[in-house]
Amino acid sequence: MNYEIVCGIETHVELATKTKIFCGCTTEFGGEPNTHCCPVCTGQPGSLPILNQKVVEYAIKAGLALNCKINTKSHMDRKNYVYPDLPKAYQISQYDEPLCEKGYIELDSGKRIGITRIHIEEDAGKLVHENGYTYIDYNRGGVPLIEIVSEPDISSAEEAKEYAEKLQLTMRYIGISDCKMQEGSMRCDVNLSLRKPGDSRFGVRTEIKNINSLSFIRKAVIAEAERQADILDAGGIIVQQTMRYDEGTNSVTPMRDKENSDDYRYFPDPDILRFSIDDEKVEEIRSSLPELPFDKLKRYVNVLGLPEATARLIFRYRKVAEFFEGALAEGASVKNTANLIVGTIFSNMDTEEEKELFTTRISAAQSAALVKLADEKKINIGVAQSTLQKMLESGKSVEEFIKPEDLVGISDEELESLCKEAIDANPKAVADVRSGKDKAINMLFGYIMKKTGGKADIRKAEALLRKLIGQ
Amino acid sequence: MRARISELAKRLQSREISAVELTKAYIDAIEKLNPTLNAYVHLTFDTAQKAAEQADQMLKKGDAPLLCGIPMALKDNICTDGLTTTCCSKILKDFKPYYDATVWEKLKAHGAVLLGKTNMDEFAMGSTSETSCYGAPLNPRNTNYVTGGSSGGSAAAVCANLAVYSLGSDTGGSIRQPASFCGVVGLKPTYGAVSRYGLIAYGSSLDQIGPMTNSVKDAAIVFDAIKGGDRRDQTSVDYDYGSSLAESLDRDVKGMRIGVAEEFFDGINPEIKSKIEEAIKLIERNGAVIESIRLPALKSALPVYYIIACAEASSNLGRYDGIRYGYRTSSYASIEEMIVKTRSEGFGDEVKRRIMLGTYVLSSGYYDAYYKKACLIREEINREFDAVFEKCDVLVAPTAPNTAFPLNYKGASPVEIYLSDICTVPVNIAGVPAISVPCGEDAKGLPIGMQIIGKKFDEATVLQVAHFYEQSAGKVIGDYEGGAGI
Repeated sequence: MNYEIVCGIETHVELATKTKIFCGCTTEFGGEPNTHCCPVCTGQPGSLPILNQKVVEYAIKAGLALNCKINTKSHMDRKNYVYPDLPKAYQISQYDEPLCEKGYIELDSGKRIGITRIHIEEDAGKLVHENGYTYIDYNRGGVPLIEIVSEPDISSAEEAKEYAEKLQLTMRYIGISDCKMQEGSMRCDVNLSLRKPGDSRFGVRTEIKNINSLSFIRKAVIAEAERQADILDAGGIIVQQTMRYDEGTNSVTPMRDKENSDDYRYFPDPDILRFSIDDEKVEEIRSSLPELPFDKLKRYVNVLGLPEATARLIFRYRKVAEFFEGALAEGASVKNTANLIVGTIFSNMDTEEEKELFTTRISAAQSAALVKLADEKKINIGVAQSTLQKMLESGKSVEEFIKPEDLVGISDEELESLCKEAIDANPKAVADVRSGKDKAINMLFGYIMKKTGGKADIRKAEALLRKLIGQ
Repeated sequence: MRARISELAKRLQSREISAVELTKAYIDAIEKLNPTLNAYVHLTFDTAQKAAEQADQMLKKGDAPLLCGIPMALKDNICTDGLTTTCCSKILKDFKPYYDATVWEKLKAHGAVLLGKTNMDEFAMGSTSETSCYGAPLNPRNTNYVTGGSSGGSAAAVCANLAVYSLGSDTGGSIRQPASFCGVVGLKPTYGAVSRYGLIAYGSSLDQIGPMTNSVKDAAIVFDAIKGGDRRDQTSVDYDYGSSLAESLDRDVKGMRIGVAEEFFDGINPEIKSKIEEAIKLIERNGAVIESIRLPALKSALPVYYIIACAEASSNLGRYDGIRYGYRTSSYASIEEMIVKTRSEGFGDEVKRRIMLGTYVLSSGYYDAYYKKACLIREEINREFDAVFEKCDVLVAPTAPNTAFPLNYKGASPVEIYLSDICTVPVNIAGVPAISVPCGEDAKGLPIGMQIIGKKFDEATVLQVAHFYEQSAGKVIGDYEGGAGI
């Protein structure tokens, strides 16, 4: 039987503030266990939290980038539960007054996935199980998080993946998180239920916790939808429970719950004063936001006229996009700049991470100087590519590799006499071309390129040769 | 012999006595009397001697602060770097914090000499100090009676002259009620006036640290030293008090509007009532205007207090699980069992009672009926206090409806003991400052305390009225014989 998927995603994103949400400890990933800690983030008796204003600012950025309404009044709540990785036995979070509400992410299809809310909270420590003992590392405890809760508007595995991908890209773009799913700086919980098409009621849902890659989100949704469909088809009922996705077996299995009860006894944290955010502050943050990634993509295609495939390769890395736009600002052409980035610079970068970091030894202006030579046809694209490669390896400017005398293009007269020379020197090739073996003309090109050190305009040369050969 | 900071400071600064000598006198007295009185639970004589030597260096240079070289005590819920701090609970057995409470950091900078940590009700939950895991401190004025609580050890130490002054903490009366029972002065400052950083939390929205002393002036001197905003406590306020409060005590009460609310006198022991009325008459004779006012919401203050304080406590005390510090049960098969056994063995009955109560009032299905409702009534109480302070400069009330209980007094139920907080809890709910000053004795010779309540951050007026009363009333309670002879 066919079912309709009803799916919502809760995403935890670790914010890239320098210090933790309630103390001055570093948020750096890793480190020797329990070295990024203090009385506050290990919940020592008598310690008190101080809310990091950067966290509030970053969360508002996220809210604005996801089209949310920003609540001008907000406060922190305590979520009480007992677990060894939570040193105070409560997590400071937000319950009934989240910072941001009612936003959305637009999918490529134009469908909007609603964002119910975004709130700020602290991360817990980490349990490490080794040799039959359990150790606790509180380095991660108190690292700021935002939790982004979507509406159950997602209706396929592909939509789920696209939602998470767009969310990830947007958060990276606005610079509030690196959103590395492998390192846990972005974690997704997928809520899923099935219903018969046309049914307006929701079925019983399950929650798949802590999915750590985009492709696993897609796979987990497929696997869980299949599992639920099998149960329903056999006349069974779905049990509301927490599940785990196992990438090895590509299956979803029930997980033991951390707590027996769902009663977190939320109440306002008396240690942290209620806070308000004035409209001015919100506008200031709004104006600090960069152009958002999908606006940029649209502009690259619709305004700059880039082919969509090329535009997609460039826009998704904020630093690449900045480099690209930096070169354009120096007067380089859209097409040649894009092609050089995608063709030459990217071929030096094997991983997504390298593209994300985009550490090149040359500046956008240096690359623009090169591109402009190609734009003006003072060098051909092949020379541009090989020169760029040399520039990338050495960090030196274009002048180091292309001398002024190289730049003086071959005059039409010179080119014509070279063409005549080529014809005289290659009678066999000329005969072959005349008899229809067109590839033989490459022999003549090779001659001209060798003589000019690759500087000749190949299209002009071809036209001249064909004229002289009499074609 | 009642020690005064102001007098001792003069003698120290004139080098008539040294801080080392003074400290020695207090150490001797503690060694003699503490085994009986049980005012101190952890003694810090080694560090006290070193601190006294350093204080003498500061004093020699001249220009030392008033508190330099003065021996004092801290309640056992105030964190002291490297020194045992247990809240008198088995669950924090041998706990040594690696950080100082802000108040202690400030006092150290003034050259304070810490003699030890004082006895208290476990986690400050109680009105007699009998819930301490070290056994109750005894009231120095009559050792068959309790000191009151929860800062009972701090009150007893000052009363018996085993410390010149001490710090207590006050969540629902825990400074003022034992001050009243032991015949000393106790100031609960405005919520936010003194940093709570390093005070082990009981009811976070109510807790406040304050001085316990032998005179109003001393309370002002200590308050001057510990007050102020703290970047480590977001609820603290950097209020500008202007000049030193200790130096602006001399103001008469002529024309001052003194509010008296009959709600504070409901069910009060008649002996206490008549002493307070006498005191009010004295103030009136000196030109103050007595305003009869009403605070109808006060009748709900006690339940509101127990709901809010216990709710916060249930959350604040969740962290004591035996994992990171303090007591851990000896045998267990799983983390869950370890936590359950540690807490079952580590907490006393009163703490468990309040954790359960607090857990209950925050539970889904009960939250609205209890916790949320209590918060609404709290706002109503605040509004009533605001309105009263439009008409009055201070309120005068009894500190407690009774004098000290006999030891091991159980009452009809825990609620009967809870009732002894009835005059003090409204002050914490409203976050306003109040002081308790001795105003007489009952027929058994037990001290009675009068409470003077002011508006937020108006400690100045509270202290002025208290100082005026103290100076004009003269001797209202007998002297305690014993303690450090200096």
